[in-house]
Amino acid sequence: MPEMQDVKKLVQEIVERATGREQIEVVASRAVETDIMVYEANVESLTRAESIGIGIRVINNGRMGFAHCGTSDYDSVIEALEAARDNSRFATEDQFAALVAPDGVDAATLDLIDPEFHKPTLEEKIALAMELEALITRGDPRVTKVESSNYSEAEAEGFVASSEGIFAHTRETFAYISGHAIAEQDGDTRTGGGYSVSRGLSGIDVNKAANDVVSRCTELLGAKKPASTRATVIFDPRITATLLSIVGGSLSADAAQKGRSMFSGRIGEQIASPAFQLVDDPTEPRAQGASLFDGEGLACRRNSLIENGVLMTFLYDSYTARKEGRASTASAVRGYSSTPSPGPMALQLAPGELDQEELIKLVQNGILIRSISGVHSGVNPISGDFSVGAEGIIIQDGERKHAFKEATIASTIQRMLMGVVAIGSDVEWLPGISAGPSIAIENMSLSGI
Amino acid sequence: MSSQLIERNVIDRAISEAMAQGADFAEVFAEDSRSSVASLDDSIVDELSAGHSRGVGIRIVYGETTGFAHTSDLSEKSILEAVRAARAVRNVGESKVIDQVGTSPKGIEPRDVKIDKQRQVELLRRLDAVARDQGDQIAQVVAGIGQSQRRILVANSNGLFVSDEQFRSRISVSAVAKGDTGLQTGYHTAALTLTLDELMDRVNIEDVAIEAALLALLKLDAKPAPSGALPVVIKGGSGGILFHEACGHGLEADHIVKGASVYANRLGEKVASDLVTLVDDGTVGSEWGTYRYDDEGNPAQTNVLIQDGVLVDYMWDRNRSVKENHEVSGNGRRQSYKHLPMVRMTNTFMLAGADQPEDIIADTPNGIYVAKLSGGQVNTTTGDFVFGTSEAYLIENGRITAPLRDTNLIGNGPEILSLIDAVGNDFSMTPGTCGKAGQSVPVGCGQATLRVSSMTVGGTADA
Repeated sequence: MPEMQDVKKLVQEIVERATGREQIEVVASRAVETDIMVYEANVESLTRAESIGIGIRVINNGRMGFAHCGTSDYDSVIEALEAARDNSRFATEDQFAALVAPDGVDAATLDLIDPEFHKPTLEEKIALAMELEALITRGDPRVTKVESSNYSEAEAEGFVASSEGIFAHTRETFAYISGHAIAEQDGDTRTGGGYSVSRGLSGIDVNKAANDVVSRCTELLGAKKPASTRATVIFDPRITATLLSIVGGSLSADAAQKGRSMFSGRIGEQIASPAFQLVDDPTEPRAQGASLFDGEGLACRRNSLIENGVLMTFLYDSYTARKEGRASTASAVRGYSSTPSPGPMALQLAPGELDQEELIKLVQNGILIRSISGVHSGVNPISGDFSVGAEGIIIQDGERKHAFKEATIASTIQRMLMGVVAIGSDVEWLPGISAGPSIAIENMSLSGI
Repeated sequence: MSSQLIERNVIDRAISEAMAQGADFAEVFAEDSRSSVASLDDSIVDELSAGHSRGVGIRIVYGETTGFAHTSDLSEKSILEAVRAARAVRNVGESKVIDQVGTSPKGIEPRDVKIDKQRQVELLRRLDAVARDQGDQIAQVVAGIGQSQRRILVANSNGLFVSDEQFRSRISVSAVAKGDTGLQTGYHTAALTLTLDELMDRVNIEDVAIEAALLALLKLDAKPAPSGALPVVIKGGSGGILFHEACGHGLEADHIVKGASVYANRLGEKVASDLVTLVDDGTVGSEWGTYRYDDEGNPAQTNVLIQDGVLVDYMWDRNRSVKENHEVSGNGRRQSYKHLPMVRMTNTFMLAGADQPEDIIADTPNGIYVAKLSGGQVNTTTGDFVFGTSEAYLIENGRITAPLRDTNLIGNGPEILSLIDAVGNDFSMTPGTCGKAGQSVPVGCGQATLRVSSMTVGGTADA
């Protein structure tokens, strides 16, 4: 595997090959990963790997071509450059197709690296996954099996450079443990998963992850299929995060400009309850999506999307911004194997005052959703139709009553945002692009018997 | 490049080195894959993209412990480094002499298949025009055409040495229609395990655009789906997702061995209605889940899983078949050389029955008719699963009536399989992408028109 210095030189050399009015952009990303899976106090698998990828975008006279390769081998990279050049000959000429120039915004000061990332030994990492498994097993007599207990870590480094003067470098570290267990009681079987995530092993909270697994796989034992009804629904922070990711995707300027967003043409309108404040802020270090630069090499910045329920802006990359004669919001999202498109990186819903128990008391009668399924098959982010499998706990007279399973909850995203009646204080910083607290949404359809 | 990705003597040295500390099994998996995709959006051919990746994954098994490492560098030095990284899982161990059985490579010579980019671009424009011609309310069209070419080489310490080449090609169109009630979407795809030229010769390309556009237009008039338990008739084709989720995943031996499936320890038992015979078959024509060899080098085969409602077998990969002393079944698959193989489905389908599809509908006084599914998800341990509709209608008095907005249906695998009370004599298959533990692989799903006597429909209207 090449040193990052050599990759940097290679990236710069490719960019310098631009001739005449040709524009060239190169992204490179490298990751060094370790994954440990433990099962029944034995290492089931240990994966150690380094990988590198290079993506090359070429724009000639408003025509864009792209190619990528999973190696930094010189001949392969040159082959990719020539493939991108050839591809550009076949694209439709587009007056807005161009690479972005530096916009003078400085990158935030963000600490995305655990300085002690390399300190723990392989044995310590294995021991942590084993400890998680043991804690889950001992956590409750109803836990019958720990299906998986994993430790993963990665150190990722990347460059974006272009013939227009862009040069951005990022480096991040991640560590993550996750467990999944099965619990049984009186012939009923339930499962649950939990995790802890940090920039390095030292920041991981194994007890929190274990407690999460144990409570999630045991609390719904004895769940029954509920009767169909309409109800006020409380989302756990994990479910709120899923909802935010769907909403954030619809706030892409690309979707809005092409008429593929339920929020097209609605800037300045009330699209959510007045309590709803949504930002996309990759400069927030607690967010897992925190980043110094976007996919085009502009410094990430805080973008306020919804204020008091009013839609303030969409998220722009340089292409969608150019179409409207405005500036990019530095929201270009991509991997090395794809071209940039605008989207959220670190969505956060501003918390309210009440914790989850107080929300339950406030709601009096309704349901608490602990997990959902079928998001990719049951949520249409263009029409807004929303229908997902759900399990959780029925709330009666402000108290948790009994567990339910095998039900769906349904509405439309548009109605759900307007129907947010309370926002909790319990923000959870989760893996992924979104973080939020518990929220209560009125008048959703619960389908069961 | 020579016809083999790695020289045979390099592979032999890597396997010897991998086995040197008392391993039970070692495997070299090399892969070279190329992709070519062209896309159109907003009536502009906005992107042609080419991808190339190659590398090698080294798997070393000690009892129930697997070490794995991969590298994108195919040099001997780098491969041997990967072997040492994979061995890190075993710090101590005695070296033992391994008995390698030499066999000549099985497989095929790589084909040099060029993509005609001009033809791709012209086809995209035609898809766009045909979709927009279906109605003035078609507001947006996205079309994509792509081909992937994947060469693999698998060699292991049992003397297996197999190489193969797989082409997969796909044409897809998604349309957005805009009406008084907002936006609606339609999606259709044609995908086969063939080169792009072969696919274009095989399917009527314009039908892909027409299907997507008509579906979006149809749903402009759609009513909210009902909420509650109803009889559900599922049209032949994409309904195969029902079986993929309701029992397919639960019959994968990795879940079975860990007791994380409702179907564990139930061989020989009745797990479905008598009408259900379920097969997983990686050898079907050029369907999306078809291949000659799986990613452990074993040939794809026809596996009957449920016979007349009785569970007869599971699907297997190398590690689980060794643990349970069972034959492999050609179901060991991986997304790429960067991933460990695991048990995966290929083409999973229920065999056709005897009823006329129209009779099944006429025999259903009230319910819903699902003509197209969009995907699903299952918890194999509890058997609870969902699947989503992208084309569905009400059935009123034995007739198909109003179209319905997209919704999810939810059920429990074994319960739903026992409630299948009619199976049609039609049959078709559809392509899909199956995700499991972070890895995506192409699969096929198929079934005949069938009825589930009661299933929970997750809409918003009173049932």
